Amino acid sequence: MTIGLGHYLTLAAVLFTIGIFGIFLNRKNVIVILMSIELILLAVNINLIAFSAFLGDLVGQVFALLVLTVAAGEAAIGLAIVVVYFRNRGSIAVEDINLMKG
Amino acid sequence: MYLLIVFLPLVGALLAGLFGTALPRAVRESIDVDPDAAHASAPGSRSDAAQVDHALDHQSPAWPGIITSGLLVVTAILSWIVFLSSLGGSGTEKIELVPFIRSGELIADWSLRIDQLTKVMLVVVTTVSSLVHIYSIGYMSHDSSQPRFFAYLSLFTFFMLMLVTSDNLVQLFFGWEGVGLASYLLIGFWYHRPSANAAAIKAFIVNRVGDFGFALGIFGCFAVFGSIDFDTIFNAAPGQVGKTMEFLGGEFDVLTLICLLLFMGAMGKSAQFLLHTWLPDAMEGPTPVSALIHAATMVTAGVFLVARLSPLYELAPNAQAFVALIGAVTAFFAGTVALVQNDIKRVIAYSTCSQLGYMFVAMGLGAYGVGMFHLFTHAFFKALLFLGAGSVIHAMNGDQDMRNMGGLAGHLRITWLLMLIGTLSLTGFPLTAGYFSKDAIIEAAFAHHGPTSFVCFWLLVISALFTAFYSWRLVFLTFHGRSRAAPEVMDHAHESPPVMLVPLYLLAVGSLFAGLIFQVYFIGTDESLFWSTSIYRAPENEIVHHLHDVPFLISLLPFLMFLGGSGIAYYFYILRPDVPKRLAEVNQPVYQFLLNKWYFDELYDLIFVRPALSLGRFLWRRGDGWLIDGLGPDGISARVLDVTRGVVRLQSGYVYHYAFAMLIGVAALITWYMFGGSH
Repeated sequence: MTIGLGHYLTLAAVLFTIGIFGIFLNRKNVIVILMSIELILLAVNINLIAFSAFLGDLVGQVFALLVLTVAAGEAAIGLAIVVVYFRNRGSIAVEDINLMKG
Repeated sequence: MYLLIVFLPLVGALLAGLFGTALPRAVRESIDVDPDAAHASAPGSRSDAAQVDHALDHQSPAWPGIITSGLLVVTAILSWIVFLSSLGGSGTEKIELVPFIRSGELIADWSLRIDQLTKVMLVVVTTVSSLVHIYSIGYMSHDSSQPRFFAYLSLFTFFMLMLVTSDNLVQLFFGWEGVGLASYLLIGFWYHRPSANAAAIKAFIVNRVGDFGFALGIFGCFAVFGSIDFDTIFNAAPGQVGKTMEFLGGEFDVLTLICLLLFMGAMGKSAQFLLHTWLPDAMEGPTPVSALIHAATMVTAGVFLVARLSPLYELAPNAQAFVALIGAVTAFFAGTVALVQNDIKRVIAYSTCSQLGYMFVAMGLGAYGVGMFHLFTHAFFKALLFLGAGSVIHAMNGDQDMRNMGGLAGHLRITWLLMLIGTLSLTGFPLTAGYFSKDAIIEAAFAHHGPTSFVCFWLLVISALFTAFYSWRLVFLTFHGRSRAAPEVMDHAHESPPVMLVPLYLLAVGSLFAGLIFQVYFIGTDESLFWSTSIYRAPENEIVHHLHDVPFLISLLPFLMFLGGSGIAYYFYILRPDVPKRLAEVNQPVYQFLLNKWYFDELYDLIFVRPALSLGRFLWRRGDGWLIDGLGPDGISARVLDVTRGVVRLQSGYVYHYAFAMLIGVAALITWYMFGGSH
């Protein structure tokens, strides 16, 4: 069986869905949310590269590299925020982060 | 000259009212800043006597009193000049001031109308007012808000002068309401007393009832005559005789209806029967106010109104009869109540009510000159009595109950003498002022041949008996017999200062001689020359000539009543002081009936006040609180709160909830874009 575009797209979709559910169903840790966001971005990357290979257009791969660097920056900033938040409030449990409650 | 007379009091009121407290504060500050300057100016102000220093201590300056009094004295002198120079009669002068209302047919300008009627009123108002001003300098010297008091007094005088000089009904109404306002302010002058506030509100509301009729009368005049100008109305009035107009669903005689409506206003202002309840309560005000407003001037505005509108009333005999009847009933009713009252001011207040009844009888009989004459003399002796009573109250440290007085004649010699003069004049002792005017009214009632004049005559005669009795009762209870006051009060009892006594001297002179001097002009042989065109009498109205030819016995009757009333009072309160008490015990129901003023207050309380209060409470609780607030502001805000409470629950504060909402939103938008929007 050859692995075609459909398999890649399915994998990306599965990863994306896992990421989404990781965000919504997670009640414990903010870091898990960060990881879920990484998963979503990876799913997008897989999509980009799969289409790039399928269409023979290098722009997709360039774009994937750009997304990787942005994801790295985003991870750094996100972790920094989590660290600062933990210092300030002593907890990064998701249930405790509800300052915006009306 | 007329402008000065009318507007000087206003100037005084404005000076005292606007700067009365501001100026002394400025002076005070300058003293604080620069003590040397204060010392330098001290010798100069020394001439103003101790009152200035005294006033500065109390933070209430005396100069407003002095300035307003000075202006009023000037006004009074001018008025007397005007009056005395026109004793032989004068025409009607008119002074146009400025336009006031010009709306379609309705034209009402500020203008002064000076005729003999106005001149008489000018003299009465300015004389009593200036004397009361001077008296108040002494009487109010311990009060901390003198500028306010004098400002109100002068303002009242201005409105009263505006009333008597008006040339149309609207300007008259302006003055009419103005004196009502001043009366309200002055009755409630001691506003920290709940009873004074209640009395002020009562006076205002009872007057509103009368003024409602008065306003309807003015509307009626405009509807019928198309004008509210006196001359236009008077000229057009004969053409309206016998015509009818629709009012409250019925057809009424035009002139009778208008006259009765206008008289309703007069009844309110002059405290006539049924609308009299405010006057005795108005005694809550300072005594000079009672003398000026509630005895001499404002309450006579109703009498003046009828005299001013004599061309209308002469054409409405039914209205005239009603006026006379109400007057006679008031005279009788107030006389009976005055017999048993214990408050010295209330006795005089009911006496005023009674005497106003006399005046209205004269007006109703068509003897306008006689009524105005009684108004003129009454102003002197009633102001004298009130100010004398004020002097007594002053000496008694504010106590007004005659049961706590007695034996004051020794302590207050001069006041006693002055009160005696006032009482003699009020009760109609021969040759005093009251003798001429009151007897003339009684004689006119006898001479008149109308449906009600017989009743009026006897009511007035009996009232004369009452007048003599309660007046002498007042004098005997206050000044004679054993003292019933606490010893320390009696030790303290002292004669008033000269500033309070001098006005009383002048009023006493008026009470003694005003009748003798002016009788010939007001009701005597020069009468028609004196009044000339200011009072209109129908050609068949010969009352003034008839009243001089009544039988000798009838003209003696008032004097007999005077002797009888005085004798009974002497017997009751000097010879046998135990008799009145036993009499009251034997006739307990009658006594209680009179003491409670025929239960009018209770009756009105039951008929009007309580239903009004419960209606108000109903509208407040149910109508406003429940219905309007419930459906309106409160209801809407409650619904808004319900909605927000739901919305608040959406705001959980969890980031992933928001993210989820965003995702759903994006998904929905994309779905719509893909499947719905593009088509």
